[in-house]
Formats: sequence, C-alpha cells, structure tokens
Amino acid sequence: MDLLIRGGRVIDPAGGIDDLMDVLIADDRISRLGKNLAERAPGTRIIQASGMVVAPGLIDLHAHLREPGFEHKETLQTGLEAAVVGGFTSVACMPNTDPVNDNPAITHYLISRARQVGKARLFPIGAITQGLGGGRLAEIGEQREAGTVAISDDGRPVMNSEVMRRALEYAGMFGMPVISHCEDLNLSGGGVMHEGWVSTELGLKGVPTAAEEVMVSRDLALAELTGSRLHIAHVSCAGSVHLIRQAKEKGIRVTSEVTPHHFTLTDEAVRGFDPNTKVNPPLRSAEDVRAIEEGLKDGTIEVIATDHAPHDLAEKDLEYTQAAFGMVGLETALGLALDRLYHRGILSLPQLLAKLTLNPARALNLDAGKMTVGAKADVVILDPERRWRVDGNAFRSKGRNSPFHGWQLRGMAMMTIVDGQIVMDQGLGI
Amino acid sequence: MSLRGKDILGLQEMTPEEILLILDTAEGMKEISEREIKKVPTLRGKTIINLFHEPSTRTRTSFEIAGKRLSADVINISASGSSTVKGETIRDTAHNLEAMSPDVIVVRHSASGVPYLLAQALKTPIINAGDGAHEHPTQALLDLFTIREKRGMLQGLKVTIAGDIAHSRVARSNIFGMTKLGMEVTVAGPATMMPLHIEKLGVRVITNMDEAIAEADVIMMLRLQLERQHQSLFPSLREYSRLYGLNLERLKRAREDLLILHPGPINRGIEIAPEVADGPYSLILQQVSNGVAIRMALLYLVVEGK
Amino acid sequence: MDEADIDRALARIAHQILERNQGCQDLVLVGIRSRGVPLAHRIADKIGQVERARLPVGSLDITLYRDDLYRRLPQEHKLGRTEIPFSVTDKKVVLVDDVLFTGRTARAALDALIDFGRPRIIWLAVLIDRGQRELPIQADFVGREVPTLHGELVKVLLKEVDGEDRVVIRKENEPKR
Repeated sequence: MDLLIRGGRVIDPAGGIDDLMDVLIADDRISRLGKNLAERAPGTRIIQASGMVVAPGLIDLHAHLREPGFEHKETLQTGLEAAVVGGFTSVACMPNTDPVNDNPAITHYLISRARQVGKARLFPIGAITQGLGGGRLAEIGEQREAGTVAISDDGRPVMNSEVMRRALEYAGMFGMPVISHCEDLNLSGGGVMHEGWVSTELGLKGVPTAAEEVMVSRDLALAELTGSRLHIAHVSCAGSVHLIRQAKEKGIRVTSEVTPHHFTLTDEAVRGFDPNTKVNPPLRSAEDVRAIEEGLKDGTIEVIATDHAPHDLAEKDLEYTQAAFGMVGLETALGLALDRLYHRGILSLPQLLAKLTLNPARALNLDAGKMTVGAKADVVILDPERRWRVDGNAFRSKGRNSPFHGWQLRGMAMMTIVDGQIVMDQGLGI
Repeated sequence: MSLRGKDILGLQEMTPEEILLILDTAEGMKEISEREIKKVPTLRGKTIINLFHEPSTRTRTSFEIAGKRLSADVINISASGSSTVKGETIRDTAHNLEAMSPDVIVVRHSASGVPYLLAQALKTPIINAGDGAHEHPTQALLDLFTIREKRGMLQGLKVTIAGDIAHSRVARSNIFGMTKLGMEVTVAGPATMMPLHIEKLGVRVITNMDEAIAEADVIMMLRLQLERQHQSLFPSLREYSRLYGLNLERLKRAREDLLILHPGPINRGIEIAPEVADGPYSLILQQVSNGVAIRMALLYLVVEGK
Repeated sequence: MDEADIDRALARIAHQILERNQGCQDLVLVGIRSRGVPLAHRIADKIGQVERARLPVGSLDITLYRDDLYRRLPQEHKLGRTEIPFSVTDKKVVLVDDVLFTGRTARAALDALIDFGRPRIIWLAVLIDRGQRELPIQADFVGREVPTLHGELVKVLLKEVDGEDRVVIRKENEPKR
C-alpha cells in the first residue's frame, strides 16, 4: 500500500530540503516529493502531517543491543522496538556481546536475526581485537564481507598504541572507520564519576578529563599517521572538542559523536548517588557541556548517538561504586535533542536532524539517512512541540536505567516508517 | 528541639544549629558513662541494627555501647564486601532488615553513598557510620565535641587536618562541620593525596607540614592506609613519616597548647610518633570516650524525633 | 506569689527540713532541671545560714527517664546536664522541684536518683503543689498548696532563669490534647 504524507515540513539535510510538501511512498521507496501530490493509486493511505516535521529515519551509530549473551538486558527484538519508538530506523550495534562479534558467524547471526525482527535496520560493528582483548586483530576483512560497517572495542579501549595503529591501517584498506572509545585505563582506573569539585565532595573516585584527552590525542596522531578514518565515540569533555577541532583544521579524517546525556547532564546529577547517573565516560562539568554545545554548533561534533546501554536491576540497583556503567537512550534521545538543543536555540532543526541522519550515515558509509526520490523509504514524522513525560516503566527496551525518568521533554517521534512500512505510530495514522 | 530530617547522613547537610544541638545533647549524655550504673531507660524496647559492611571494631563497639547505655536492644550484622556477592541488591538487604521493625539502622559501608540510598528507600531512620571516602558524621561530631570541651568554644579556632585527605571521610565531615561553625581549616598532605578543588570547600591547602602546624590550635592526624604506597601516592613509609609524620621535633614549631587528635586506629611511628600519641596534648582517648556520648545523643535525637 | 512570698516559703521549707532531719547530718540536695536547681541552691543557702554548713547540691535532668518521651517534647526542650558530684548512697536526699502536678516528673526523678546509688531516705520538696496527681506521690515539704484545674497553667519564674521571682497562674488559651 502506498503512503502519502501530507502537509508536513520536510527536512532532508542530504537533499538540502526544508519546505512544506507532501511525500509519496510507493512500496519501499520514496516515490515523489512535492506540493499537493495526488495519490498514485486508489487505496493510498493518507497521513496528515501538518504541524509535523517529516525527516529521514534517524540513525544511531552507537547502541548496545546485548544479543547474543545478555538477553536478560536486551534482545534485538526489544532493542529494535525501542529504536523505532525513538524515531530511529537504523541502529549500529557494538560488538561487546557474548560471544564478542569478532568473527563473521556472529555478524551473520545478528543480521539474519534483525531481519526476522523487522522494525529498524541493524548495522553490526565488528571488534577491533579478538575477544576485545586488546591484542590480536579480529577478522576484520571477513567481517566486512559479512556486513560490519565499522570496528570498535567500545567499552574496552585499545591501550596498546601499536595495535591501534595496525587496526587503523587495516580497516583503512576496506574504507572502514575505527570507532574509538577514548579512555586511558590507568588514569581512569577505579573511577566512577567525573573527577572534579563534585567527586571531591562526594568522596567518589573520579575519572579525570585527561583520561579521555590523552587517548583522543593519541588516536588523532595515529589517524594522521595512517591516513585512515577515525570516529571518536561519546565525546565528553572540552579538551576533546578542542583537540578534534584542531585535527579537522589540519585535515585529519576524523568524525565524532556526543550522547544526549553528555549534552544534557553534568556531574551535579551524581549527588544523591543514583546509580542511573553512572556512565562511561562520566557526566562532566558544566564547562564541558558548554564546550560540547559549541562543538555541536560549529560542526566539530557532527553526530548525536545514544550509547544505549541497557542493564538489569541486579547490575544497576547497587552501591554507586559497584553498579554497572551505562544508561538507556534510544527512547529519549530525540526528545532530549529537541528539548535541549533545538528549543534552547543551540541548533536549528535542519542542523539537529543532520546530526541524526545524514552525518552518521556519512561517518559509517551507510546507505541510509536521506529522503531523495528513489531512496529507501525510512522516514520519521516528529512533532517538535509535543510535550511528554519520560516514563521508564513504559520503555520498550528491557533497560530501565535512565536518569531521565519523570522528566518533561518537548518534542517526540510520532511515526516511524521503515522500508515503506509503518513500524511505530503514536496515533498519527488514525 | 529536634533535628530536621529522620536520618543522620552527613555534616554537609546539617545546619550549625543542628550540630550544636547534638553537641549540647552529648554533654548531657557524657555523665551517664561515668556513673556506677551506666544505663538509663530512655530507649527501652527500641531496636538498633548495626549494619556494618566494612570491618570496624571501634565505631561498631561505640554504637553498641551507646545503644545499650540507653537500654536499647542492639543487633550487630557484619556483612563483608558488596551485596552483589549474595546476588541481592542493597535495597533488598535494606527492605529485609526493615521487615524486622528496627527503630534505627546504623550503616557503615565501603562505598560512598550507601546510607543515602538506604535513607531514600526506607522509613527507618539511618545513621551513617562512615560511607566510603564520603562522610563519617559521628566521628566529626565527636571531634568537635572534644575540641569544644577543651577550648570552651569552636568559632575562630585554627585546625589543621593532615594526611591522606583524598581518601578520608573523616576529613570531609570535619571540613563540612568546622567551616560551618566558623573554624579556620587547613588541610595538609602530599599533593597526591589532595582531591581536586578541595579549596572550594573553604579550606587552605598546604603541602609543607611545618608550615601547616605553625599556627594551628588543633591538629588532626589522619590514619595512613598502608596499601596506598602501592598506588604511587607516596614513595615509601619512611619518606612519608619524615615529611608528614607528627613527631616531637616537629611539635616544637607548634603552639605550646596545641591539641592533637587522631580518629584512630593509629599507625605508631608513621603518621604519629608514639611519644606524641601518648603525650600530654593528645586527646586520642578522650575522643574515644566522647564518641560514646555523641552516639548516645544521636540515637536519642533520632528516635525521639521519629 | 511575689518575691517575698517565695523567699518566705523557701525559708519555711529549709527550717522544716532541718527539723525533720534534726540538723544537716548526711543531708544533700538535688534540684530537678531546670527550675528545681536554683531552688535547691537557695534552700541550701538558707540551711547554710542557720547551720553554718555548705550542703552538697546536685542537679538532675530527668528527660531520659520520662514516660512520655515519644509524645513530642516541647519545641524548646534540650537535654540538660546531670551533675551529682557526690555519692548519694546512705545519704538523705532532698529532691527539689518548682511545681508538683501529676507526679510523673517526681517518679522519673526517683528512678534517676536510684541509678546513682542507694540513698537512705529521699524526701521531696516543692515550691508549689497544684494537686491533680496521676501517681501515688506526695511532697514532704511544700511551699504553698494551690488547688488548680486542668487547663490552668502554673508558671514559676525565678531570677536565675527568668530575671524575676514570681508565680503566675493563668488559663491556657487552647487546652492541649
């Protein structure tokens, strides 16, 4: 059945479009864009989208979907359902599963399993090193053939600089970026929050911003040396923004992402010791958040990614020092981005949407994130003004570990369309 | 008069009036321990649970004696390590205890913040007996009590807290309390043991021990955790002792009537020389006696305020 | 009662104590906080003037012995210091308080005192006995009996605490629950 989305403000950063127009979806493709489009065939389903924004489906290039191995925390089923609720039509998943996605068998499994689930598209990220051990390289080439889009040892940073260099060189042959979780484990060891004024007051061991900056510097130097593409995951501090900005000026091929929690919260949120505020990298200072906003504004940081990291209560509802790192993000990312960045005047809607569609697609060379005629019909319809309250208990994700439970946000996804099929509808299509 | 909240979590959230109320109440309690019959019927029929997730003979015994002198039933539960070992969350443990209807739960835990989580989860009043490197309110209160007892007042006194400030809950609680009561606090120790931005707490930071001791009315020596030398925080015990230990030689630079405090247990010959610890200005044993009075006062105020 | 009335009442109590005890042998005074303490000192002074002896005077805070601890103490109440710097064993102890009313304070004071030793005799001296007892307790020495009703408030003001000597009786505007 064809879909005709009428009267929305279509924003497609890839096509340079920002205009009130209709979108006709025929089968699984964008068929036409234009004013006052007529139905192509009888029986076309009309979706009234006046007051809404129609954009390419969002892309999250950093999620932990936990399958295989940690199905009690999340499965591809629950994770991809959570994604479409949040307006995401494509999700890149990190390899720190059990077993680790360091070989083509796991990659194949993930891709076929995601096809069964439907919902959002899945783009697996392979490991840099076998078993995320930081030593021998994983079968990067074979995994590429199986469908991985990047490599990363996310959560287990590659401490050996020589290994990192070889990973960049090797992945570079396949045009694949290396996604680096920048953390010097010796500097961060034992730390559970940002090292600063608040950690001093709370008596919690801190992670200095230097633990990130040291590794950002190293990886930028290695990217320059190898000429390969580097993507810096979850930038958390001013120093990293500064280093990446300089590197771009020098022409180093680097992209970077920030999570909604890192542009929304500061280390002040840790007061009260809510384990849901424990995340790696930690929530930083207000100055860091300002620098991140600056980096988003001037394009230094081109991607917003969730670092969706579901955990069950047994690992999260614990002493602050013992609780697992991470928070869920797929279902709150768009709301936070609209509320904190668009409504506070930091980014325009086209700029914001570029960081959730075109830019992540470019960073990982994905065939997604655009609404040009002929493109796959992955579309999100969002209401940038709609106010809603975050309810952790209503998450599709199995994870309840969100520090935003109870927050009132402005802006949410109303409908998600993947391959021309409506996979999520908050009452828009009725 | 009573306290504002149901719990005693830290000095950071106490008002100066609350701190003084506790000190004054402890004065009324102190005499009980000097009687032949060291018991009053005040908390008869009340149950106090000492939940200690970290070994501590001194504080646990002090709370136990305090509870018993007020006629409460005191139950000690020692759990080693984290609740994760049992596959139970900290909240599970707490709810299980609450189901046995205690009137107060005294909590010691190696992780900062645990008493705060319990206080949120439970209706039972919680008294923090030390959480990680965060707060140790009862120790700081007994320190303040001991100083006031000797000097008659607190405002304007110059106090130096010396040693491993970064890992010390005693230092934090004392800094919060002392600055609230108008005392001038200096922290002294190696730069490796100074937490970031500590000066924002309203204290002076000095790394030279001789300077730090020069004008002080009171010096509080902190216990050195011996395992810290494996974390590159100082090169050797010998060097630490020479640069930061309190010995007779160093004491010559101090005021004649300098008061010496130590939360115990002391490392003789490391942060404090034996002849100093046992010397005339050492208040170490008075601190221990006063600890019972302070804990009696807290148990009384917490139960009375329920 | 004004200053002179109070002084006369205390003088009479002092004489009665001496008479009952036939001198000041083994006699000690313990005032119940807060206003019993200055009264105990005044009685001791009066006895001292007669007998040329300095009687030991202690102070007792009965808060920790109250039977109504968990029904909210008055807002301004603060635990005071108990100071009995002498042995009470085999002594004749005169407990001194300002007002005898329900008898509960005296009951608590007896319990407290016995925790300090085994006195030979305990007597109770009060400036005002206002009746309305709830426990089988009697004063041995009474300054003045003032029959009152529930809902009336008897307040003893003393120079040492309040800056003036006066006893006032007034109606409580709002009867307590």
